[in-house]
Amino acid sequence: MDWFFNFPDMSRSDLREFKKTVDFAFTDFSRTYGQGIEEFFEPLLMFLVWFEKLFINTPWPIIIFSILLLAWIGSRSILIVVGTFLSFMLIGYFGMWEDTMSTLAIILVATFLCIAIGIPLGIAMARSNKVQAAIVPILDVMQTIPSFVYLIPVVMLLGIGKVPGLIAVCIYAIPPIVRLTNLGIRLVDKDVLEAADSFGANYWQKLLGVQMPLALPTIFAGVNQTIMMALAMVVIASMIGVKGLGLPVLRAISNQYLALGLMNGLAIVILAIIFDRVTQKFGLRMQKYRNNGKD
Amino acid sequence: MNSEDILIKVNHLYKIFGDGDKSALDLVKNGMGKDELLEKSNCVLGLNNINLDINRGKIQVVMGLSGSGKSTLIRHLNRLIEPTSGEILFNGTNILNLTQKELIQFRQNNMSMVFQKFALFPHKTVLQNVGYGLAIQNISKEEWSEKAQKWIKRVGLDGYETYYPGQLSGGMQQRVGLARALSTDAEILLMDEAFSALDPLIRSEMQNILLDLQSELHKTIIFITHDLDEALKIGDRIAILRDGSMVQDSDPQEIIMNPTDEYVSDFIKDINRARVIQAKSIMTPTNTKSSGATVKEDMVLEDILQIMSDAPSKPVTIENSKGNVTGKIEMVNLIEGMKRPKSLGTNITG
Repeated sequence: MDWFFNFPDMSRSDLREFKKTVDFAFTDFSRTYGQGIEEFFEPLLMFLVWFEKLFINTPWPIIIFSILLLAWIGSRSILIVVGTFLSFMLIGYFGMWEDTMSTLAIILVATFLCIAIGIPLGIAMARSNKVQAAIVPILDVMQTIPSFVYLIPVVMLLGIGKVPGLIAVCIYAIPPIVRLTNLGIRLVDKDVLEAADSFGANYWQKLLGVQMPLALPTIFAGVNQTIMMALAMVVIASMIGVKGLGLPVLRAISNQYLALGLMNGLAIVILAIIFDRVTQKFGLRMQKYRNNGKD
Repeated sequence: MNSEDILIKVNHLYKIFGDGDKSALDLVKNGMGKDELLEKSNCVLGLNNINLDINRGKIQVVMGLSGSGKSTLIRHLNRLIEPTSGEILFNGTNILNLTQKELIQFRQNNMSMVFQKFALFPHKTVLQNVGYGLAIQNISKEEWSEKAQKWIKRVGLDGYETYYPGQLSGGMQQRVGLARALSTDAEILLMDEAFSALDPLIRSEMQNILLDLQSELHKTIIFITHDLDEALKIGDRIAILRDGSMVQDSDPQEIIMNPTDEYVSDFIKDINRARVIQAKSIMTPTNTKSSGATVKEDMVLEDILQIMSDAPSKPVTIENSKGNVTGKIEMVNLIEGMKRPKSLGTNITG
């Protein structure tokens, strides 16, 4: 009855052998291809570095002015613009300007990457049920696997640095935009598509002229979520060498610096709130035609 | 009817929804009905051996209760639905043989459609909606907006060009739908219960707009409806579908005077016969003038009754549109004509 009380697991030596095999195989893989993969990401690194430098080296009044302008264009709300102004002044006053700029740079690049990869992926999913069935489980894994677990292979392949950090952020942040692009396109009224068909629209005319515009509010909710998740991932990504607001937080955790942790943590929160409000307002304005209907 | 007038010819069209539709097709061809098919092979019979000739420049109405296959049939004409078997000839070419590219061309140039739930593009303005069929043909913006403008004016929506569909009432939205379909100058107009979602007054107004346009444009219109009054008002010919099969396809007068079966009689039992039956359907053919007044042969019984009530004993003379005498009607004919037929196939013309 031993098997009843103790799980009949594989022997210790077999298990050790199994783990070793996997580890060695991946080590071999990263030795053989690591260099190539690193070179592949070289342009991305250069872009990221250039972008970060641009943010840090530009005089702060110009940066604030640009941010306020974007906030106004996005939200058309004085309240949000004033809030943004005060928030950035506070961040700068407490000496977190440079870290905030680094974080802003990586968030923007990560969001851009997620949009560039996620929207075409979502479109492919909406087009074919088979593609959807193949991608959904992958997205599930990406959203639920503890982020520390996929940091390991990323670091093994690319070492410590900005690019692996960026990749980790993207893996974590991309699922919402893929899902919501797919959902948005699938939710477009069948009658309207039938009408486009009946007038002889081809696939691209339907996609670009009817499906994407009508799915845009949903897709934009995905962009919003992606930005939020990227911000959340910044702290964890700082463990593998991403500069920015995450790094002081990490230091604060290991040294129990309460004030440092709180300040930088709140700066992240402020960034998140600004991004969220501006993009949400923008998303609402995009579907203006829905709101003033009579019936 | 001469064969040159036939623009669309539907031959032995079958549609079966569901898996294994090919084997189900054989069952249907051997006479299996809709319910039995659903039970035996889990397939839904959409259309069962439809044969229909649609005349150029006429309004062909297709009627039936919901689920009778009328919307399925109209979607076969522009291949929004692919048939299981059969052929659809347009000017002699089978549109089922068109390649994807040719089909898109065909839809752009030859057929346009008006939908029951309007199916306007909510993110486009009235002008962009109406011009859509032209804009996707890579026609320049000036050209399509000018044409769209013309049709917007024609349906009476002048000044609403920059509105979004959500800002318009149902009747106005369907005018946009109608203008959108007309703007491509397609020869054939498919109208899928186009006015069913509108309230009675607006519906009647839209019917008048359509008839008015038709008297000028002479399009070939396939009009789906479940409303007999509407069918009688606008149809040059009426086809009646039941469970995917064609029950009757004839002149509107013929449907009222000689319904082929109980299903059709059920359809027509509640209509006001005096208001739809025309003189020619009940007259006694003769070439000699009678003693009473003279009326045209397409006058409805209600109006003849008005005239005859002055002199009930004198039969009225019926003449055709050229003014030749074709028959006469006596009071007893009128009463017979307005009475509902007692049993199937009763010839009440007496």
